[in-house]
Parts: sequence; C-alpha cells; structure tokens
Amino acid sequence: MLKYMDTSHNLQFSLTHLRELEAESIHIIREVAAEFENPVMLYSIGKDSSVMVRLAEKAFAPGKAPFPLMHIDSKWKFREMVEFRDSYAKKAGWRLIVESNIEAYKAGVGPFTHGSKVHTDLMKTKALLDALDKHKFDAAFGGARRDEEKSRAKERIFSFRDKFHQWDPKHQRPELWDIYNARIHKGESIRVFPLSNWTELDVWQYIRIEKIPIVPLYFAKERPIVNIDGNLIMADDHRMPEELREKARMMKVRFRTLGCYPLTGAVKSEAETIEQIVEEMMTTTQSERTTRVIDFDQEGSMEQKKREGYF
Amino acid sequence: MICSIEEYLGKDEQKDLLRFLTAGSVDDGKSTLIGRLLFDSKKIYEDQLDALERDSKRMGNAGDHIDYALLLDGLKAEREQGITIDVAYRYFSTNNRKFIIADTPGHEQYTRNMITGGSTANLAIILVDARSGVITQTRRHTFLVSLLGIKQVVLAVNKMDLIGFSQDAFDKIVDDYLRFVEPLGIPDITCIPLSALDGDNVVSKSKRTPWYKGVSLLGHLESVPIDRDRNYENFRFPVQYVLRPGQDFRGFSGKMAGGIVHKGDAVTALPSGKTSRVKSIVVYEGEVEYAFPPQSIAITLEDEIDVSRGDMLVHPDDLPLSGRNFEAMLVWMDEEPMDTDKQFYLKQTTNTTRAHIDSVRYKVNVNTMEHSPAENLELNEIGKVYFTTGKELFFDPYKSNKQTGAFILIDPVTNNTSAVGMIIGKIDAKDLQGEDMLVVIDLNRLGIGKEHYRAIEKIQKELKYQGIEIRIIK
Repeated sequence: MLKYMDTSHNLQFSLTHLRELEAESIHIIREVAAEFENPVMLYSIGKDSSVMVRLAEKAFAPGKAPFPLMHIDSKWKFREMVEFRDSYAKKAGWRLIVESNIEAYKAGVGPFTHGSKVHTDLMKTKALLDALDKHKFDAAFGGARRDEEKSRAKERIFSFRDKFHQWDPKHQRPELWDIYNARIHKGESIRVFPLSNWTELDVWQYIRIEKIPIVPLYFAKERPIVNIDGNLIMADDHRMPEELREKARMMKVRFRTLGCYPLTGAVKSEAETIEQIVEEMMTTTQSERTTRVIDFDQEGSMEQKKREGYF
Repeated sequence: MICSIEEYLGKDEQKDLLRFLTAGSVDDGKSTLIGRLLFDSKKIYEDQLDALERDSKRMGNAGDHIDYALLLDGLKAEREQGITIDVAYRYFSTNNRKFIIADTPGHEQYTRNMITGGSTANLAIILVDARSGVITQTRRHTFLVSLLGIKQVVLAVNKMDLIGFSQDAFDKIVDDYLRFVEPLGIPDITCIPLSALDGDNVVSKSKRTPWYKGVSLLGHLESVPIDRDRNYENFRFPVQYVLRPGQDFRGFSGKMAGGIVHKGDAVTALPSGKTSRVKSIVVYEGEVEYAFPPQSIAITLEDEIDVSRGDMLVHPDDLPLSGRNFEAMLVWMDEEPMDTDKQFYLKQTTNTTRAHIDSVRYKVNVNTMEHSPAENLELNEIGKVYFTTGKELFFDPYKSNKQTGAFILIDPVTNNTSAVGMIIGKIDAKDLQGEDMLVVIDLNRLGIGKEHYRAIEKIQKELKYQGIEIRIIK
C-alpha cells in the first residue's frame, strides 16, 4: 500500500546510473563532513577531481562545503593546470591550500634531472604526506576510481591509513551497505574515494550533462610536442632540456590524464568536444593510464606506491 | 541503430545500474566467467590484453586459452598464490544497462569478504561445476546470499562442455538445488547451463544446449528488475548533516532510506517526537516536489524543531521500531573473537551508540544451517544475538528495509569493524540476561539545584550524541 504515493501524477521512482552514483557520492562526502574533525579534499585539477569538487558543491548546497581543497603542486604541472586551478577555486569560492616540497624544489629536483621515480617520491608522495601532517587532516578525499587500475579495484571507499599513511591491502576494514566506519586513533587517517564506483565514461558523461569546466588540455589542439622514448611530451616551459626542446614540433594532441608535464604523454587526437573525446575513447584501444609514464617502472608499481601513501 | 555519438550518449545517460555478486569455489571458473563478460562486452582494452597475454604465458592456468582470471586478480600477492583473496569490483556496460560486479572468493576463511561484497548487490550469481553439482560451498554461498536478503539468484551451472552439455545432468543439479534452497525463501531463482571458457549461454544463447529454453546469462542480467531491494512504502530519513549556510536556511541533509516524501507532508522527528511539515525538498539544482530512495537530498521544515545528526524523520502514522533492545543475525568479521564483556560502538544509519552484546542465542553452521548453542562468535561465524544499546535506536527489520535494519559493530580499542548485523526485531528488556545499562541520575538526591539544570541537559544531549543515554530525575 503506497499511501503517500501520488498515483494520479504518474511519478517516477527510478534513477539513472549517473543519478544513483551521484546520490552515493554525495552521501559519502556528507558522511565525512559529519564524522571527521578536519577533512580536506585533495584536488589534482584533473577531470575526476573536477567531478568530485562539483559533487561536494552539491552535497552542501545552498551552503559551502565545510572543508578546503588542497593541491599538491609538484612544481612541474602544466602551466594551464595551475591557471585553471586558481581561477576555478576563486570563482567557485573554495578555500584552496597549495603545498609543495619546497626543500626538494630548491635543491632542483625534477624529472629531467632526477628521473621519474625520485621526482614522484619527493615532489608528490613526500609533499603530500608532509602536507597532511602539517595540517593534521584526519580525512582526505581523493578522486580515484576503481576501474582505473587493478589495485584500486579492491580498495574500500573509506580506506584506513596508519600513522605512516600506509595502506595494508590484507587488513582492510569490511565495508558494508552504506555504513562507513570512520573511527580512528590520533595520528591515523582515512582516505575517502567518493568516485570509487564511477567509470571513465561515467565521469565524461557527468561532465557533459552538468557542464563542468575542465582544463583545456583535455581537448585536442596544436601543441609543441617532443617524442621521448615513444611518449609524446609537451614542451611546456624552458626547464625541458634544450636538446629536447629543439626537437619539438607542432602536433594536434590532447591529454587523457593530467600530471607533471614531463611525465604525462599526449595522444594524437582531433577531439575538440566532450562528445568527440568519448567517441575517441570508445574506439580507442588504449586504457587511460598508459599515458602516465610512472606506471612503467615495475610490475605492480601502483600497488607499491599506494602502500607507501601515494594515491 | 545508433547514428551519432550524441545519440549514443543520450541513450547511455538513461541506463540504469545493476549491482551483482559472484560466488563460487576456487575452481568453478568464476574469474573466467567475469573475464568473459568483460571481454565480450568489449570492455577490455588492447593494452590490457597485451599484458594479459604476457602474463598468461608466464603463469596462466588455462593452457592455450587466454587466462581471463588473470585480468581480475589484482594484487601482487594474490597473483603469486593464484587465488583471489578479497572483494574486487568490476565495471562493464551493455546497450541497456550498467553493471557493477562484486567479485568475491569462495574458500572457507573468506566468508567475511563475500558478506562484504554482497551487501549492496541486487542479484547473486552462484557458480557450480557441472561435474560436481551442488556441493557444501554452494549451500554456504546460498545461505549467505539469503542472509543478506538478496532476492534474485542465478545458479550458473558451469563447465557444461565437460559433461557433453547433458540435459539430464543439468536437470539433476537444478532439482538438487531447488530442493535445498526452498526453505531459505529466496523469491527469484534462475538456473542457466554455461561454459564460461567457451562462452556458451554467457552473452548469447548456445546452439549446444537446444533443450535450454531460458535466456543467456547476460540477457537475464539485462532484464531483471533492480528496485526490488528498495522500500518505497515507509518513509525513513536518517538525518546525516545539518546545513546552516545562514540564518534563514536550516536544512536536514541525508539519503532517503525508505518510502516517498512529498513537499507538505507531515513529519515526526525521532527521538523528540515533535511534528512539523515539509517546507521544501532541496537539491543543488533547486527544489523538488518529492523524493525517493536512494536520493541524497535536504529537507527543510515549517517549524523550528530541534533535529540533529542521528535523528530520523518519518511520517507520523508510520513509525519505525524503536528501543534499546533488539535481536539480530550477526556475522563476526574480526580475527579477535567476540568478547561479550566489551562495549562496542554500533553504527546504524547515521546513528552511533555504545552497545553491549547481551547474549548469543545460537550460532548457525553455514554448511548445514543447523543451530547450536554458543557463548560467543569467532571469525566468519554467524549467530543470532541479543543487543542492548546505550541510547534509543530507530530501526526496521532488515527484511523490510535493508537501510534501516543493518548495522556495523566497531571495536572500541582497535577501531576495526568487528561484526555486521541484520536486525530481526525488537525484544523486551525482560528477555535479557544481563542488566539494563541505562544510567539514572537523580538530581535531588545529589543535591543539584535548578540553576544547574540547563548545563546538565546540555551534557545529557552531548553524551547522547556520543552514544550514551542517561535518564535524569529532577
């Protein structure tokens, strides 16, 4: 007996997959705001982060989210990313924290001189861990999705980290229904992944229907590109060694993921709209992470990085 | 026919979402089946395939075939052991629907993971090897599925190629299974003969089973209803977070846990019992006229009544059960066995309370479903348990509402999720073995004067928020 259902108006009681995922993510985000003292949303400026930020805006509308955004600036991000970050945060009224490993930066650490592993360890992983400690954040949202990479497929939505920010895949807390265990001891923390159940296509669809602004690097354009060991690397600034920069030539490319420009390969593309990107994605034969240079280091390398505290 | 990408996206946007669980024993070919679903729905990208071919040669168990199982066994340690050890989530879509697979292991010590994977599933696929039929593990998996209240089960009889696609053998397995499953009361059971390795009846109907009149596995997954697990009848709104952006707006945010709510409905706030009307239902885009599960919304009320996180909004003539004593089926998930002297934290909807296990009524043998007396529960054990909580909870039997009938138990020392429970119903305090733990404080007896009452009421409220209820006598 549906006594409160207004049968005369033929109401709809089903959600599309995107609206169901949206409802799930908003619930997760609110749960963190309610249960933690000092949460932060890690903002990578990528498309997934942009969706996560929109979901946080939705979760607390008509008010503002009760936590800041934090960007870990490795100092080697694409210039367009940094411009986008600053203008978006300002326009949308977010409090934005930007943290870097200044010590390593001053010592001149970078991918061209120190290689991808040292650079990532110092400018990304260490910078993140130091920033989390400095601000004493007890929960940190990340935009990772389970469909991205094998080790992520098994991670909980509320993912416990010990005092050293380490993830132990063998001792994850059981996670059932939508009841999340947010209890931690001092010094421990939880990484929270509200987009766990979203796929790459879901993210693009959502950006499309919600008209969420994203960094223009995702769209194809003529850009100065150097082919380094088969990776199409953009000559984004003068810090690229001159002998490489000289080889740059204009190519119509776009980026499927965004990160440090020397470590992020472009793909040749004609896709100038979200629809064209999706079309390209459906017909392409390469999965997303292949354009990230760091994955090639060693087998199971992402799992290793995650154990150490990298997202 | 899809003519353009815009049209494709327009259609994709409208798809709904089915979550399902797969369970089987180690060699039932479960990972192969999932790999096949992903592969045939063209979700596997070429570079993943390259790596797969490399890995299959080095450590595959499928001879000349591509070992689909290697696609799924994510973590390094597991790949070395050749078994899946935890729940892994997989995503794929067809022209009609999106799917989330919770892939869970079948061997004994990991009941915990199957329970975890199955809690959000609309449907469960239980695999059996056609050569061995219904075995102990099949019974265990089915029992766990029924415990979780999954209403739709597919018995996938795999490796039919190894028994020559024999109809007699299939029929016998189905008979065995149906006879066993009957008392469990699972409303919808579908049995499908398969070969995951060769693809028979996985995506399309096989010519090798002309006697089978049903649809393929994917055909079934694409057409089953997805909303059977939701309660649309009894309005339940556990308040998650109070939105107060300014003086003129006070919204109670949360996820619809049951029923339908309309603008203008009369509502009662629990535990206060105060009544008001729904002034507006607010989402980011603006106001809506009504809301239903599982939407995340915010509700504003006509009157200023005191409502905070953990409270529940309901319709005044349709109240949930309430109380501090209830019985539940409990699954112990912690390596540390149950300690009935311990006070746990119990989280149900958005409410957290201190809780105490009064007694274990019996434990269930998951293989035979027989009950036996027990003092406590250990890892992977399931039993019926009586609880007493530190404050009043608002709940429904898990059978009628999963959202308001489920809870987790958290160890106060380790903070682990020690157990998960499904509420059966309310019990009377007189049936409890232990003592009621409600603390009564008589202010007169303590010589506390009226001028302190406000401060004491504040403390009472804060304690309640932290999970401890005290009764004050003035």
